[in-house]
Amino acid sequence: MTLSRHSLHFNPKLPRNRFNLLASGIAGLFAAVAVLPLVLVLIHVLIKGGRLISPRLFTQLPPAPGLEGGGIGNAVLGTILVSLIAAMISIPVGVGGGIYLSEYSGDSGFARFVRFANDVLAGVPSIISGVFVYGLIVATRIFFNQSYSAMAGGIALAVLMLPTVIKTTDEGLRLVPQELRWGAYGVGASRFITISRIVLPAAFTPIATGVVLAIARAAGETAPLIFTALFSPFWPEGVFNPIATMSVLIFNFAIMPYEAQNELAWAASFILVLMILVANLLARWISRMARA
Amino acid sequence: MTLSSPISTSRDLANDVCLSLQDVSISYGSFEAVRNVFMEIPRGRVTAFIGPSGCGKSTVLRALNRMNDLVRGCTLRGRVVFDGQDLYHPNVDPVEVRRRIGMVFQKPNPFPKTIYENIAFGARINGYRGDMDELVERSLRKAAVWEECKDKLQQSGFSLSGGQQQRLCIARAIATEPEVILMDEPCSALDPISTLKIEETMHELKRNYTIVIVTHNMQQAVRVSDQTAFFNAEAVEGGSGKVGYLVEFSETERIFNAPRQQATQDYVSGRFG
Repeated sequence: MTLSRHSLHFNPKLPRNRFNLLASGIAGLFAAVAVLPLVLVLIHVLIKGGRLISPRLFTQLPPAPGLEGGGIGNAVLGTILVSLIAAMISIPVGVGGGIYLSEYSGDSGFARFVRFANDVLAGVPSIISGVFVYGLIVATRIFFNQSYSAMAGGIALAVLMLPTVIKTTDEGLRLVPQELRWGAYGVGASRFITISRIVLPAAFTPIATGVVLAIARAAGETAPLIFTALFSPFWPEGVFNPIATMSVLIFNFAIMPYEAQNELAWAASFILVLMILVANLLARWISRMARA
Repeated sequence: MTLSSPISTSRDLANDVCLSLQDVSISYGSFEAVRNVFMEIPRGRVTAFIGPSGCGKSTVLRALNRMNDLVRGCTLRGRVVFDGQDLYHPNVDPVEVRRRIGMVFQKPNPFPKTIYENIAFGARINGYRGDMDELVERSLRKAAVWEECKDKLQQSGFSLSGGQQQRLCIARAIATEPEVILMDEPCSALDPISTLKIEETMHELKRNYTIVIVTHNMQQAVRVSDQTAFFNAEAVEGGSGKVGYLVEFSETERIFNAPRQQATQDYVSGRFG
């Protein structure tokens, strides 16, 4: 017998056990580093902006340069409004496109092309989407001869949301077992009934999760809004006028040489991070609800 | 049932053809799965399809209510005549075909809805206007699963055991009041007790429906069927694989006790397959 027998007791001094410990430690360290940015951002934003959190933040307009106080009520409202417009455009188009890809296309060449194009669109930088909508809608003054508008901002965000919504819908529907479709066809359901009454409800969770995450991502975008929604120091005046949004407010106010504006930028950052956090929690909650 | 069905009636039933397959060949793309099937499936009886894997028996079953339409590249030559109508005529609506020829699948596949809605769904989309509660109870009773379900009609169909789910799927098929029920290995995912219950259900059902069942289990074919079709597969010259064909179709008793073909004899006596 050439192999020596060791005691069965765990020996931490063995090279392999030392190496195990070291490797686990390094992996754990990197994991901690990965979440560090999130924790630091939250703490930093909370310290800098948390101080200003009060009801007046949501009810008042930003002060004129040089004055104190004020709030970011118009920007909160504007972000909600622009995100809502974006959702109202991207959800029907995205879910409809996803349904086509998964249920109707049958992996034709056209469907493969749409999937590829969609992946490319997902990788297009957000500022490109802004410039695109600027050229298409703002510069041409296509809506009632208005240039910058909440509508243009919403469309720019919709372009950003679209790939996520299409992809999650497509993949969510493909997860629905084929047997379920057969079952519906087997009792004499048409294709439309099968998709609308059986397949879509079965895929509700992944689709809803994807939509919420897409909205959360779009709500924080700045670049596409600078060219399209612009900014406004006033309350929103309808969807065809320039509108204030939190991300653009942060961009504008953070670089102003006034203390009051800088503080509002921090406060807005805090609210925005919080809103996105809540949206992510909502998405998690939706996906957990279905598993229960 | 013993009182009301004299022998002459059952013989008349046997002569009454429900589904007639006339020189049916089915291909997936360029691959031919089954060729030249001639068969007359009698009304009001249980017909079993048996045979080794890959002999095309499921393919033939799925051709009977145009379920193969859902498979890309699947084409059928020949005629499948039901109610005097070729089911593959261009004017035929497959949705209408499936309303009259229902199907139960290999794996229990209840909809992710309540037990009640599982039954009501098919009836509702078929335009049922009557008392839905009554229909749900009647369908579940016919499928012999009412006792297990009656106290939890509003619970999810997934709350049932596998065997109960399969009987729920049978009830779901019955609720649309089809003339024919196709069953594709309905017990292959079930334990013996559940299998027995499904078979009892089939005995009940054959009084009102024509049943066609695919099974891998020869004892099951003997237990439930009146007629048995034996399919086999053979390699063909220049083909990419084996092609299925119908070897023999006759009374179940005859197939198992005195088959005309040697291949049938070999298969039913367990010499291959």
